[in-house]
Amino acid sequence: MTLNRRLFLGSLTATLAAPMVMAQSAKPRVVVVGGGAGGATVARYLAKDSKGEMDVVLIEPARTYYTCFFSNLYLGGFRTFESLGHTYGKLAADYGINVVHDYAVGVDRDAKTVTLASGSSLGYDKLVLSPGIDFVEGSVPGWSVESQNAMPHAYKGGSQTQLLMAQLAAMPAGGTFAMVAPPNPYRCPPGPYERISMVASHLKANNPTAKILLLDPKDKFSKQGLFEEGWNKHYSGMITRIGPDMGGNAIEVRPDTMEVVVDGEAEKVDMCNVIPGQRAGNIASLAGVTEGNWAPVHPDSMLSKLDENVYVLGDSTDQGDMPKSGFSANSQAKVAANHIRGALTGSKVFPAKYSNTCWSLIAADDGVKVGASYEPTPEKIASVESFISQTGEDAALRKATYEESIGWYTGITTDMFG
Amino acid sequence: MGSGRFLLALLLTAPGLVGPGAAETLGDAAKGADIFGKECKQCHMVGPDAKNRIGPSLNGIYGRRAGSMDGFKYSKSMARMGADGLDWTIERLDAYIENPKALVSGTRMNYRGLTDPTQRHDLMAFLRDYSDSPQNIPEAQPTAIRTVPDLAPEILALEGDPEYGEYLSAECTTCHQKDGSADGIPSITNWPEEDFVAALHAYKVKLRPHPVMQMMAGRLSNEEIAALAAYYATIED
Repeated sequence: MTLNRRLFLGSLTATLAAPMVMAQSAKPRVVVVGGGAGGATVARYLAKDSKGEMDVVLIEPARTYYTCFFSNLYLGGFRTFESLGHTYGKLAADYGINVVHDYAVGVDRDAKTVTLASGSSLGYDKLVLSPGIDFVEGSVPGWSVESQNAMPHAYKGGSQTQLLMAQLAAMPAGGTFAMVAPPNPYRCPPGPYERISMVASHLKANNPTAKILLLDPKDKFSKQGLFEEGWNKHYSGMITRIGPDMGGNAIEVRPDTMEVVVDGEAEKVDMCNVIPGQRAGNIASLAGVTEGNWAPVHPDSMLSKLDENVYVLGDSTDQGDMPKSGFSANSQAKVAANHIRGALTGSKVFPAKYSNTCWSLIAADDGVKVGASYEPTPEKIASVESFISQTGEDAALRKATYEESIGWYTGITTDMFG
Repeated sequence: MGSGRFLLALLLTAPGLVGPGAAETLGDAAKGADIFGKECKQCHMVGPDAKNRIGPSLNGIYGRRAGSMDGFKYSKSMARMGADGLDWTIERLDAYIENPKALVSGTRMNYRGLTDPTQRHDLMAFLRDYSDSPQNIPEAQPTAIRTVPDLAPEILALEGDPEYGEYLSAECTTCHQKDGSADGIPSITNWPEEDFVAALHAYKVKLRPHPVMQMMAGRLSNEEIAALAAYYATIED
């Protein structure tokens, strides 16, 4: 496949003389695909630390990037949509990163070029793919990406988040909100359950007789004890979870009639948030660096196991114990940036260290967190030490945890976008 | 007051009641009373009529949540420690009296610290008179009073490499902002190096209560802590 593509692109270049976006300069060039927690961070650290010794190109279609993390807080009424948006102006102006707003549609790993939707192509010395997630086709029978307007996933930030909010606000009094939760592994393990909490918070304030139906293929889920304690405390009687023992693992949806089929029985709902099974962002598969649904990487560098000039970051990777989260991607990006600089400029490569913390908001001032530190072993990125909030914590600690999460949001977005 | 101290003296001289070695670990309450008079009384009261003054009343200090005395206005830093779950155990009190800022960076307690461990233990034995449940004080192992952070002079003398610190700081900047703005997460920019080192070591040995910081500091070596301290002390905006 790679060979064919190269031949194809080669002949294309010869006959059509497809223009290069930029002439290759003498400096090494790193092309980063995807401007989220992994991509924006790696681009910023490369540009910041190499002090002009390399060209950094960041390819990201969106001019304003809306984070998926914290989007649940918008649903719950704790944040504005605008507060989730970030632009790339500082990365371009202050760090000299060449930000290209376009889609990467192909990678020729032999020629070391990335093709853009506009038709042009870009050469690279090192390529970083940080494309987040796409969805596994057929994961939820009856649902496909074409149904995402009727039954939004809202599991990528931006317009999907707004759509889910609009549907939530328009739900009839006493209506039913359904969610189809994803199977493991997926982006942001506590995310669906924080969403349930935030939807409940919204409904409690605006539509208190409404019901929430959570259809879950998993036996257990992240922070389960904490969420269930919080749901009982704040939203008693509102939330029903149907696990795999009751058919939660065999759900079909009917977007045209707004029905969910549980264990063969169709049930009418008023809106349905389908979070399907997930896989690496499409460009990772197009580049041929995936095995199965994810891209395997070396635990000490985030370098693809299939190509020594390609790094993969964040949700798309198969790396071991780290959850797929913005915090993880940001942490991995710094390890990769250090490794890339070492390879291209001979700078010192320090040992890899990784960490992650996921905060979730259950209700106003009721925040919880889970986290761990990680280090590379020959086989995988392995968890070293972990912690989790405890049930029964006092209100002051929960409030402090929530306030800390707001501080983290400011911290990580500054770390990404400058 | 007198009877309380008498009781304590009885306990201390009756090893069978408090477990082996307790007497030698807790110190001499009578000497502690003198130390209290010299070192603490200007700001703190303790005893039957104790009120909050410049510092909070110290009645019932053992087992009390930091920053929790009604009607006393604490520093933001002490309030945060309380929210994070810092209770005044004997170990923490010991560390706090030794070097207040090492345990609670932004404390308002303007006190240089009591470096002599014997004096601290005497003082704590005295304060123990005014706690409701002295039997709850964690004092299980006779020699367990750590003078933590208990930083060996060679650790304090380590000269940090700010360049390495800058690299390591990438782990900090996910939450702590480099420009020193503090919004739910405290600033760590432009701290005196010694305070920075003491604070991270206090997290490393889990004397400070925050779980994320315990985890992050837990895997930093002495050299890495010194490097971070050196870097953060010199950041220019």
